[in-house]
Order: sequence, then C-alpha cells, then structure tokens
Amino acid sequence: MRGRGRGLSAYVTLLALVAISLLILIPFAFVLINAVKPAAQYSAHGPLSLPDGFDTSGIRTFWNTTDFGRALWNSAVISGSVCVLAVLLSILNAYALGIGRIRGRTWLLGAFLIANFLPQEGLVYPLYYLAKRVGLYDTRLSVVIIFTVIQAAFGTYLLSSVLGTFPRELLEAARMDGAGRFRILWRIVVPISRPTLGVLLVFFFIWTWNEFFLPLVFLVSNSNQTVPVALGTLQGQHIMNPLTTSGAVLLAIVPTVVFFLIFQRTLTRGITVGAVK
Amino acid sequence: MTSTSTALADAKDRGRQARKHRSLPYLPYLLPSVVLFACVIALPFCMNVFTSFNDWSGVGPMKWAGLANYRRLMHDSEFWASIWHSAALVAAMAVLPTIIGLVLAAALFDVIAKRFGPRVASILRACIYLPQVLPIVVAAIVWGWILDPQYGALNALLRAAGLGFLAHDFLGDPKTALLTVMAILVWFQLGYPVVIFMAALQRVDPALAEAAEIDGASWRQRLWRVTVPQIRPEIYVVLLTCTVASLRAFAWIYALTSGGPGTATQVPSYYSYISFFTNLDVGYGSAIATVLTLIIIVVAAVFLGAQRRHQAMAD
Repeated sequence: MRGRGRGLSAYVTLLALVAISLLILIPFAFVLINAVKPAAQYSAHGPLSLPDGFDTSGIRTFWNTTDFGRALWNSAVISGSVCVLAVLLSILNAYALGIGRIRGRTWLLGAFLIANFLPQEGLVYPLYYLAKRVGLYDTRLSVVIIFTVIQAAFGTYLLSSVLGTFPRELLEAARMDGAGRFRILWRIVVPISRPTLGVLLVFFFIWTWNEFFLPLVFLVSNSNQTVPVALGTLQGQHIMNPLTTSGAVLLAIVPTVVFFLIFQRTLTRGITVGAVK
Repeated sequence: MTSTSTALADAKDRGRQARKHRSLPYLPYLLPSVVLFACVIALPFCMNVFTSFNDWSGVGPMKWAGLANYRRLMHDSEFWASIWHSAALVAAMAVLPTIIGLVLAAALFDVIAKRFGPRVASILRACIYLPQVLPIVVAAIVWGWILDPQYGALNALLRAAGLGFLAHDFLGDPKTALLTVMAILVWFQLGYPVVIFMAALQRVDPALAEAAEIDGASWRQRLWRVTVPQIRPEIYVVLLTCTVASLRAFAWIYALTSGGPGTATQVPSYYSYISFFTNLDVGYGSAIATVLTLIIIVVAAVFLGAQRRHQAMAD
C-alpha cells in the first residue's frame, strides 16, 4: 500500500492534519513559554514573547500558596485507594454475576448500568447531608467511599461481560481438584483476567484524579483538597496573575501527562475494551 | 410432539432448579456492593427526589410543597435557557467531535498510516488526544487565561497579526460566551472519538472498502456507506458517553464562566449546584437535579435501545 505513491491529495491531507494537531497544541505551548517567563518580561511584552530567562517564581508562588505538595499527595491517596477498592468490588460483583450467574442478574446488571449513568448532581446534596450526619464531611475517606462505588458500577458492568465468557473447563477442573469458590476466584479467575483488571485500575485512577464536582463539595479545607479542587478554588477567588496561572497549570499538567506516557499502551488497549462493551 | 415439549419443559425446569442451587453460594460476593450501593446511590437518589417535593433551605424541617418546585421550573426562564445551552453543549461535545473525529480517524487510518507510515499517524493521533488527559478544571483555567481580555494570549495574537479589530472579550460578552465555550469543548473532546474510531477501523475487514473502491465509490461514499455501518457500535458508545458528559459540563462552566455573563452559559448542572450551596434553595435545586437525572436516563435508554435494535438487525 505504501508503495502506491503519495500523490498531491495525500500531502494535502497530511498538511491539514498537521495544521489541526498544531492548532490543538497551541494552548500547551502558551503554558510552557509563560510558566518560566520573568514577571517583568510578561508585563512588558505580553504572553507571546519567548522567555528570555528562566524564572520559576510563578511556579514557586503557586506551590507555596496552595501547598501543592499536599494536594498532589491527597490526589494520589484518594485515586490510589479508589482504584484498588473499586477493582476489588468489581471483581466480587462480576464473579457472582458473570460466573455465578445469579438469578436476576440481568436486572442487577441493569441497576449497575443505571448507577453508572446517574449524574452526581442528583446525589450530591443527600450525600453532603448524610456525610455531615455521620461525621465524614470534609474527609478524604468520604470521597474514597463515594468514588469506589461510582467506579465499581462501571467496573462491574464491564467485568461481568468479560467473565461471562470465562472458559468453563478451567472452573470445572479446579472444582474437581477440590478448590472452593473463594480459592477459584483468587487463584484462577483473578490471575487470568489480569490484563482487564490492569486496564480498570488505570482508568479508575485517572478518572478519580480528574474528578472535580464531588471533591469540590466534600473537600473544603485546604489540607484535604485534591489537585483539581485546589486549582478550581484558586481560580474562583480571582487572585491569580497570569504567571502563577501558567505555573499552576504546568504543575497540574505534569502528573497527568506522566500518567499518559506511562499508561499509554494500556490506555489505547483499554479504550478499545471500553468501546466494545 | 406433546411429550417432547413436556420433556423439554421438564429439562428446562430442572436446569433452572440446578442453576438456582448452584448460584446461591455466590450471593455473599454481592453483599458488600449491595450495602454500599444502597448507602451511596439508592438512598441519596430517593432522598433527592423526595426533597424536590419540599421547600427546604438545608437546615431545619422540610415543608411539603407538592409540585410547586416543578411548576416554578416550568416558568423559570433561567432554567429553560440552561436546557437550551445544554443542547448546544451536546452539539459541541458529542455531535461535532463524532463527525469530525470520524473524518480525521479515517484520514489518519486510510491516508496517513498507509502513505506515510503508522508512526506518523500515531504521533498525530497523540497530539489530537493530548487535551483529553487534562483534568477539565486545568483545561478550563488554561482557556480562561488565554481568553482574558487584558493579558490573554488570544487577543495579543490577534493584535500581533494585524487583526486587532477581532480582539474581543469572548467569554465576557453574552453574545459570544456560549459559542466560545462550545469551541473549547470541541478542542477538548475531539481526541476521544479519533482514538476509538481508529481502533475500530483496525477491527474492520478492509475487503469491503477495497471492493467499493474498485466499483468506483469515492472516498466520501466509502466512508459513509461502508465504514460507518461497520463501526456503528463504537459510534454509539462515543455518542452516548459524550452526550452524558456534555449534559454534566459542571467543571467547564464553574471554571470558565460561572454560568455568566448573566445567564448566557447557565446549564442545569451548575444551576442546581448554585441552588443547593449558594441560594440555599435545596428543594428547587433537587427539582433541577431530578429533571437532569431523568433527561440523562432517557437519553441513555434511547441510545441503548437503538444500539440493541441495530445489533438485532445485524444478526
């Protein structure tokens, strides 16, 4: 196919796609050149000039005013706990629904699917009220519990259909050897489904990391805020100047781009898994 | 004939009995989820619906109000505006990215990967996908800063290019605010359909498209008549997930415009949040949230129903 010649139209297509890609990347370029620009240069020459020095004061100001290290740690703790717990919960559910074939599983799967689509707006006030009642308001634990359930709704739906096609002979063989149900789950089902579980872990981690609405409502004190909430509330207070903004954004972009690079292969595979569910 | 059918029914019955017995021991595995889902999803959902029939500030006793909140919604011009804005955001975040994404994915897959190598195609795909890895708030802050009328980069760029007359407070002018938000959403969302459709195209048998090419079908005809029907499952998934996401565009509105100027970019999601936590009008906020929930469930049901019908037709 490649030998068929490139032709004018192929070059036009390439040019158009490169132009679109560059257009999409422009905002990132703006962030990069302004995050390290000396303040005097910004006020004199505006956002377009290339930085003539390397000044990290914008980044440092933001780091210190928001206690950004703390926000990173909170995000990591919350997302890390949620992804592990939600995958565990999904496995237990999918084992009962996909392999156990419990009666009424179509209804149960439907319920998980609906739970997956329910907008958080319709749950937020009662959750806020209940969390205050039981003393979980403004704790990271409250957000961990809620997102474990929300992510597990998707995980159960996806994993049940995957485990529905699990090779029965393997289960029979293990049963013959006298393995109990719990043993079969941990020793056979989990190891064999590891690729799918890995994809779910990565998805849950990134989704939870990027969540904004519920963490904004639940994590009000600075010491509990996640990265998006810390940035969002700062934006709401209108106290940022352009240099701290681009410094802040650069700091916030770095972890997600790092995840993206680390997990890129899993993700591309995973997005496909999600698409054919 | 009758004996066979009774025998069949018997066997079926026995099978069902056996399955019932075998599936019973799996019930404990569902127990943690049943408890958690009851507390985190089912109970709050019911409480929200109940609250929507009350007048309540969040503290003190509720006052039963019947359908008063819903009647108020029907005559609330801000609510109707927010519904229309949501429709605009669906166009920007679901419809446009799906159409543009389809064309881009097909171009990357058919032209770039084949003529210039898969490396070039995957680099371009990564560039288009990059906005998707950002937390929405971060992306919104970037744009809020770029579009700032005083020190933002866009107006500086326009002036530098001699197009100063186009410089404008894009988010601050009620006439352009919604369109600007829509453009930003297209920028953000485009990568998702491109990645999914490119994966879908790999799954599709190229023989059909090649046969159509030999028969003289143009590239556009092949795309709409041959490729689209083949990757329909992925198109449904993309449209559904993007539509649901756009109906909930809370973080965008919170960080970009706070629903303003005036109510120019108000959406139900943000409106309910303001009713809950700023106006302390919890009953009204619950009514808005309930309507939003209904809309999303209906949209999801329609999509899943259509998908199932198409699948049945394909089988």
